[in-house]
Amino acid sequence: MVRLVALLASLMLLVAACGGDQPDDATAPADEATEDAAAPADEATEDAGAATDDDSGATEDAAEPTDGATEDVAAGDEGGDCTLDEPVPVGVVFSQTAGAAVYGVSQTAAVELAAEELNAEGGVTYDLIIEDDATDPAQGITAYERLIEQEQVSILIGPTLSNVFFSAGPVAQEFGVPALGVSTTADGITEIGDYIFRDSLTEAQVIPNTVAEATESLGLERVALLYSDNDAFTVSGFEIFEQAVEEQGLEVTSTETFATGDTDFSAQLTAVANNEPDALFVSALAEEAALLLTQARDLGLDVPVVGGNGFNSPAIIDQAGEAAEGVIVGAAWNAAADDEANEAFKSAYEEATGRAPDQFAAQAYTGMKLIARAVESACSADRDAIRDAMEGLQGVDTILGEFSFTDGRDADHTGVTQVVEDGSFALLD
Amino acid sequence: MQQVVNGVFLGSIYALFAMGYTLVFGVLHQLNLAHQAVFMLGAFAGWFIGVTLGMPLWAAVIGAIAAGALLGLGIERVAFAPLRNRPDSHFAGLISSIALSIILVAVGLGVFGPDTVRFPPDAFPGGRLVVAGASISVLQLAILIVAVGLMLGLDWMVRSTRLGRAMRAIAENDRAARLLGVDVERVTMATYMLSSALGAAAGVLFALAFNSIRVEMGLGIELKGLAVIIVGGLGSVPGAMIGGILLGLVEVGTVAFIGSSWRDAIAFTLLFAVLLLRPQGLLGRVRVREV
Repeated sequence: MVRLVALLASLMLLVAACGGDQPDDATAPADEATEDAAAPADEATEDAGAATDDDSGATEDAAEPTDGATEDVAAGDEGGDCTLDEPVPVGVVFSQTAGAAVYGVSQTAAVELAAEELNAEGGVTYDLIIEDDATDPAQGITAYERLIEQEQVSILIGPTLSNVFFSAGPVAQEFGVPALGVSTTADGITEIGDYIFRDSLTEAQVIPNTVAEATESLGLERVALLYSDNDAFTVSGFEIFEQAVEEQGLEVTSTETFATGDTDFSAQLTAVANNEPDALFVSALAEEAALLLTQARDLGLDVPVVGGNGFNSPAIIDQAGEAAEGVIVGAAWNAAADDEANEAFKSAYEEATGRAPDQFAAQAYTGMKLIARAVESACSADRDAIRDAMEGLQGVDTILGEFSFTDGRDADHTGVTQVVEDGSFALLD
Repeated sequence: MQQVVNGVFLGSIYALFAMGYTLVFGVLHQLNLAHQAVFMLGAFAGWFIGVTLGMPLWAAVIGAIAAGALLGLGIERVAFAPLRNRPDSHFAGLISSIALSIILVAVGLGVFGPDTVRFPPDAFPGGRLVVAGASISVLQLAILIVAVGLMLGLDWMVRSTRLGRAMRAIAENDRAARLLGVDVERVTMATYMLSSALGAAAGVLFALAFNSIRVEMGLGIELKGLAVIIVGGLGSVPGAMIGGILLGLVEVGTVAFIGSSWRDAIAFTLLFAVLLLRPQGLLGRVRVREV
């Protein structure tokens, strides 16, 4: 019997070794949701400058097939004098159920709100056809195919997660339908093809600015790094952190790792505490972030924590409570912005849903507004005309700030650095 | 010093979990692979009582233990009892407990969903103590005391009570025990209830300690539980205690001094080393079975 048990244990070890990622994978949708959806902060100014130069070239190219309409957009014209008889069909694919539903539901509400406002304005009206990708890449493809072939949509918005987008995006590219991601932050999304756009900032755009602002604001000199080393998103986040830390000339006291799915971080946090850093920089998914914060404070590690995308979620504050105070994280949208457009958006959203909007809602709302700008400037429901007009969007006034597409069809706008104060996100000063 | 506290704390939960395994194995020579599902459901039961019903934490712990005991009875009746008289009952029981484990996990998934659930942050008593440079929260201390208390309680029970004597008699030779008037059926049921109560206790304490409850949480600890009972000596209750704490210390030590990617590799290398050098485990005795 002893031998049997030993055999069994070895067997299970083998199974565990082979299937080791399974629990991680199972939680991956939810994790990636936060990772993907939360797109913090700023853009390196050099990039922005270069992008603008290149883009003006792109705008001219794009202008040709659309009778110069995009030139108006580039000049910041409202483009509101266009009238189309038929409503423009817009395919909306978000995760209404399963892991990423928490983001998908608010994204859908925000897109619906934006479309209602646009339809009330008149001129061009929009007919939203909403599909659920169920946080599942396969269903994302099905939804895209249905919208493209049966509903004959002019443009697509969504899906919520990068991994779903990676599956569905090529379908849009193949059929020549423009698709706009509003929460996808993974590298390579827009490299799927020239019909793919996104209005969400990537981690590489956000983290360097977060690190710079945190360093300046807190006077940091020595920092510890902590990241999950078995997840592509958190590893790439860590590499960006590492580079940003080097650029700021900070000393790294120690670099600790853990695995996505871990629940006990006490050993790593104790090692961090032993080196007495000024701050702890963490690249983790939301799942681990809340646990990590709680355990750090329990161990008496009271230094400020600077987080990557995973930390950019009100859920962190709900789950970690007091322990989340002082956490610094970059974001694409300033929830505390009080300009007219933002105030109007926030009150309308709250009236429609009963909740305050989060960044994902703001990005989705902006996405629908960007589509409207492109459609109006092209003054056509034609897929190619809209694509060309999208590419030409420059300096559009949105609730995310002044928005442009880079020549890689990625988002270009200024992000913000937030700090958790009294249980909510505030601007870091 | 802090790392030692971290290791002992983690290890005490492993130990508690492994003791449930080893108890059933020691007495009945059966491996109950539904034990990990009990661990998971114990955690959810504690969460349900503590958060959904809003009862105090001690009630959540006791409720989870009671739920575990009931579940243990069910596992014995469903997965093991019908197969008892088959010539291959050990192996058949092993397989049927795997089946039951899968069913229980699926039920957990259906009832509680795939998302991680947590206790709200203000559910726990605050405050922490600093002893010899190591920081330990009041909650952790309470968990440690409950875990060690349960372990010592079990050890005492097996050694000194009527039920414990009956268990040891069955462990020695169940046919002889039956002839001597021991009610084997009832003691078997009691053993499963006790074992699952410990598994559920480990689950709820783990949930309180790390505040993360999800359906797959048992899978990670299942293998560690097996490793612990092999290192400690199959069927040895004190062995499981020591083995559990040892595994906790090794894991924390690996993370602290080598790197977290190596954690499981080092821990299971240790398992192989023990199997090679001391096949009967640290406290196990060859051929003579004890509880």
